[in-house]
Amino acid sequence: MLTKRVIACLDVDAGRVVKGVHFADLRDAGDPAELAPAYSRSGADEIILLDISAANQKRSTLLEIVRKTAQHLFVPFTVGGGIRSLNDATAVFDAGADKIAVNSAALENPALISQIARRYGSQAVVVAVDAKSSFTLRGNYEVWACGGKQSTGKEVLAWVRETEDRGAGEILLTSIDRDGTGDGFDCELTARVAVAVRIPVIASGGAGNACHFVQVFKEGKADAALAASVFHYGINTLSGLKQELALAGLPVRWPC
Amino acid sequence: MIAILDYDAGNLASVKKAVEYLGYPCVVTSDPLEVERADKILLPGVGHFSATSNLEARGLSAVVRNAMSREIPLLGICLGMQWMFESSEEAPEVLGLAWFRGQCQRFPDRIKVPHVGWNQLRVRNTGRLFQNIPSGTFMYFTHSYWAPVVECTTAECEYGTAFSAGVERGSLFGVQFHPEKSGDPGLTLLRNFCEL
Repeated sequence: MLTKRVIACLDVDAGRVVKGVHFADLRDAGDPAELAPAYSRSGADEIILLDISAANQKRSTLLEIVRKTAQHLFVPFTVGGGIRSLNDATAVFDAGADKIAVNSAALENPALISQIARRYGSQAVVVAVDAKSSFTLRGNYEVWACGGKQSTGKEVLAWVRETEDRGAGEILLTSIDRDGTGDGFDCELTARVAVAVRIPVIASGGAGNACHFVQVFKEGKADAALAASVFHYGINTLSGLKQELALAGLPVRWPC
Repeated sequence: MIAILDYDAGNLASVKKAVEYLGYPCVVTSDPLEVERADKILLPGVGHFSATSNLEARGLSAVVRNAMSREIPLLGICLGMQWMFESSEEAPEVLGLAWFRGQCQRFPDRIKVPHVGWNQLRVRNTGRLFQNIPSGTFMYFTHSYWAPVVECTTAECEYGTAFSAGVERGSLFGVQFHPEKSGDPGLTLLRNFCEL
């Protein structure tokens, strides 16, 4: 049976991991090239590296980090942050990424999704969607751009369907309301998106404990769940989390 | 030397990295002469079935067929395995190598496509490729089309339907999953191939 995936996210600023350093019981390495294989050994099904550096001049640094991180990593590896063109994507793939994640650039220029999908296949294109509940959209969710700083007026379900039509292979759905709270994933948002599209949905934002993962897989109908800083709040290791998910009757890769 | 065939079908770097990590010399190439000298051939590939027509265009199909008749071990990964079948619904006008019977088909609409993630194998016949890889092992898959279960199927997987996860006949091998992305079990499988 296809398993539910647990994805470890490395938020990287200027070459160092800035969140989630307790994922694998490590005392800060901070170095993504050390953390990624460690997460993989302790049970992460996939690694996502998000470059949250604001400045574009750090691109060459990022590519070097991607190269080093991918060197000894033998699980799927997604890279996102600042990918604005097919050329940017090519550079990241050449550095060793298996998939790229696009967000703001896809909102500005939705054709970018199909350009990358045509060249590398849909399975290599993750569209990251940052969603926030909205009064103006009457209880629906709105898509935000630029790391959750810029309103777009777009309704989430319309946008995810469009990205699917344009060739997105997966949706990385982050709840801005829940992100960093540890209060649990937004299961309602996740379920709405998961039934609206026919591509896998990765839930993100709000993970605080193992129960939250169980909920988002069961109620939220998520195909995968991502977390970065969750292990500050009580779960010590990824392997412990995988064990708990297996005990809850969820199909997970455990033992792995 | 292991030749990793470059035919513009996705990212070959990860396969090369894994083979190098295991300590076997390899080269990514689209040069027919270089492929002819190789003692093993890896046919990776993600992407559209029509990309396999690049193999024809680059004169690689003939070299691959020739290698097969010389019993040079060949491992097709993902699209590379599907190419070893007769054809695919994805690009019906493009012919496969027809080393294995049947047509690759798209997963049904009632389930999510692509099939992405870790799924378990049912090993029917260990053969040479699945040594030390028991039934129940998880491997990483990402594909929208599936190859049918045939006589030469060594491992099956299930997603909406049972399909070929591994095939083997003589010196011909194919896997639908990505061993280079499947952690330790995937590396074990690649080592089995490199050691042939």
